[in-house]
Amino acid sequence: MSIKIAVLSGKGGTGKTTISVNLSHVLSEKYSVQLLDADVEEPDSHLFFDYREGSEEKTVFQMIPEVDNEKCIKCGACSRECQFGAINIFTSGAMVFKNLCHGCGVCSMVCPAEAIKEIPKELGKLQFRTSEEGIDFGEGILKVGEISGVKVIRSLKENMGDNEIIILDSPPGSSCPVVETLRGVDFALLVTEDSAFGLHDMEIVSKVLDEMGIPFGIILNKYREHSAEEKHSKEFKTKFEDKLFMKIPLDKKLAGIHSEGRLFVKEYEAYKDKFLAMFDQIKELVG
Amino acid sequence: MKTRQIVVISGKGGTGKTTVSGSLAVLFKNHIISDCDVDSANLHLILNPELREEHEYWAGNKAEIDENKCIGCGKCHEICRFNAIVKKETGVFSVDPFACEGCKACVLVCPVNAVNFNVNHPGNYYISETGYGEFVHADLRPGEEMSGGLIAQVRKNSLRLAVDRKRDYVIIDGAPGIGCPATSSLTATDYAILVTEPTVSGIHDMKRMIEVIEHFRIPYSVVINRYDINKQRTSEIETLCNSKKIKIIGEVPFDEKVNYANSNAIPVVDISDSEAAEEIKSMFQKLLEEIE
Repeated sequence: MSIKIAVLSGKGGTGKTTISVNLSHVLSEKYSVQLLDADVEEPDSHLFFDYREGSEEKTVFQMIPEVDNEKCIKCGACSRECQFGAINIFTSGAMVFKNLCHGCGVCSMVCPAEAIKEIPKELGKLQFRTSEEGIDFGEGILKVGEISGVKVIRSLKENMGDNEIIILDSPPGSSCPVVETLRGVDFALLVTEDSAFGLHDMEIVSKVLDEMGIPFGIILNKYREHSAEEKHSKEFKTKFEDKLFMKIPLDKKLAGIHSEGRLFVKEYEAYKDKFLAMFDQIKELVG
Repeated sequence: MKTRQIVVISGKGGTGKTTVSGSLAVLFKNHIISDCDVDSANLHLILNPELREEHEYWAGNKAEIDENKCIGCGKCHEICRFNAIVKKETGVFSVDPFACEGCKACVLVCPVNAVNFNVNHPGNYYISETGYGEFVHADLRPGEEMSGGLIAQVRKNSLRLAVDRKRDYVIIDGAPGIGCPATSSLTATDYAILVTEPTVSGIHDMKRMIEVIEHFRIPYSVVINRYDINKQRTSEIETLCNSKKIKIIGEVPFDEKVNYANSNAIPVVDISDSEAAEEIKSMFQKLLEEIE
């Protein structure tokens, strides 16, 4: 049985990808690890590894309606039942607004004339590779111009392996793409930053986790020594101190390493043990 | 003068959208301020808003199965394409509200009318007073999906207020990513400021965002935030912008005072003796030249 860990944050840019890639690297020395980048609108985890030869690509499709205007009797049932305003009947015939379609199939289901068939539309791609250190790496890439990555995330997750550990680098925010990433995970690592923004957004995500019944721990990133007297620090302490796993200081050098697409654990060895100890703690919490 | 809508956008999260838009909220005069990052809204944390109006936003539907009526036939489960219908141990079915996209297929196939189709309440939007101008903002309820619709409400109300009050500008703090929240923030704006950072991720995401902005044919310029954490990557961005004839209107240095300001409800441009604040002020001047 795999342990599935989602890395998420609420606020963007707090260090989700930093933690996902460095943690995967450290754990891959001891365990078999799969890292899935579910931030399909802006997937960046792939930039931090070298890869062995060979990769596999899959295309993600969504079904959209195509109306045969010869058969269409212009009854309007499809446009009445479509909840997303994605199909309309004009005097010239039916028109499909591809970007609004959710691919639910209701229009073809209700069409009395069997005038609607469903055809695939490309939403994005999945790419699978193995990194030099042996991480099974997969990412979802939403096609530019598409508006929802949920289906790409769902397809990516259908490709989970039987690795001992599966790490999911989640999208920012707290809405549907995040929920799709979280479904079925065993544990969530919340990466926040030492600021009022970070705390505010993390608190929203922590509510999603509570509602979904997912246990979590916190990594406080870009920690500033002088923040102790600030309002958000005191609030953090009262509300979340018991869930705090690790603090990583605000450090221009560390930011520099990451900005180059390098793994900071290779240069700050002490974090290796910290990450391993953190995983042991997670294992215990998940049971 | 026709009201102009200016959006601050990034692709990658955490590059400094709110830092820039919070500063613009202070520097612009005769404007409406608008926060479109509805699922991680932060602008209110630095503007000290005083709430004036609260509006509920109701949109879309979610299915709910009446377990007393459900006969356990499983037709809803078969038809649902979102894995939103789960079988319970008791043999009846129930809807996972987080997965339901509100398509109504289950309602249509249920032979015993056991599925209710309830109007959804994805969040609220607000109009507030701040010392810098009126402010339209919103809260998406955690886990909700109608962020694009809620953003459209924020945009509509911001523009309506601006027109009513004869304001020159709407300053919009955009949502991250390239999907629905980002495009709803961007659509029909008059000018975009793309905030990026000199990191491999920042550059990768910026390129995807440029495709989106150019698809919408919106004039735009670039701000490089924390430009000095990696000067080599900064020059890579400069080369990229030069080759595409995109103007860079600001290069903001790494400055711990920005973190301090953002955590203490202070707009960055109001802190004294900050290099970042000075650069943002000069960026504002260049922005004015660009949009005049």
